[in-house]
Amino acid sequence: MKSAVVLLPGLNRDRDMIAALTKISGKAPATVWQTDTEIPDVDLIAIPGGFSFGDYLRCGAIAARMPVMRAVAEKAAKGVMVIGVCNGFQILVEAGLLPGALMRNTSLKFVCRQVKLQIANANTMFTRRYQPGQIIRSPVAHHDGNYFADAETLARLEGEGQVVFRYAEGTNPNGSINDIAGIINERGNVLGLMPHPENLIEAAHGGNDGRALFESALGIAA
Amino acid sequence: MIKARITVTLKNGVLDPQGKAIEHALSGLGFGGVGAVRQGKVFDVELAESDKAKAEADLKAMCDKLLANTVIENYAVEIA
Repeated sequence: MKSAVVLLPGLNRDRDMIAALTKISGKAPATVWQTDTEIPDVDLIAIPGGFSFGDYLRCGAIAARMPVMRAVAEKAAKGVMVIGVCNGFQILVEAGLLPGALMRNTSLKFVCRQVKLQIANANTMFTRRYQPGQIIRSPVAHHDGNYFADAETLARLEGEGQVVFRYAEGTNPNGSINDIAGIINERGNVLGLMPHPENLIEAAHGGNDGRALFESALGIAA
Repeated sequence: MIKARITVTLKNGVLDPQGKAIEHALSGLGFGGVGAVRQGKVFDVELAESDKAKAEADLKAMCDKLLANTVIENYAVEIA
């Protein structure tokens, strides 16, 4: 399986994402720059975390309008898997590839800590190596992770199993509606989540709870 | 040239933690009777355009495409 990582000015978790994909797939991902209009033939496109364009206007708003995101949308429409982590999730909602919006944390504070996540849907391309309802650990680091969607959208997400990760055991760090930490599109190939699974993939990280997400997406046996 | 002001505000029912914090700070300063505060954004835009109707259409398109996130925000365009 081949992967690509989207690079934008102001991202700072790109090297973590590249390292995780390289270690898990055994192949370094291709990298694509914000002005690129074509993405190589890959199975998975990752949009890493950070503060693209300084979080100006709204988190992810400027990045979502860059040429590379049109290319990402075209690939997504063809069924290529796309994962957006943290700022990458914010970019995907701003680009309209995922519904809803990510707002300022209700605490108004930047949160950088470990949370617990429940696998709310283990029947996706990104979570099939987890057990339904399994609780995993994951780091979070964000200021705007408070997921919001109108009542109709929320009902659809819940009804269709599009909520994939939920903050568990009272660890919701941002006030997101229904403890939502990550969602998937209707087709099941575009995933966005605020936590950083790429930062918990090996013993040196203190655990590998995030590894199965990449193994699921990359089709690698556990 | 046309000068316009765009005001972006949160939709009703969307929680505004920043507005809430400002509300509490105002109460802390001794301003009694502050019911609710909602925070928004203002953009002053200059357009090299003389046709008001065309300018208004362009400004609305700018709001829909970038300046406002219509999932959570409303906008108003005012041409000077």
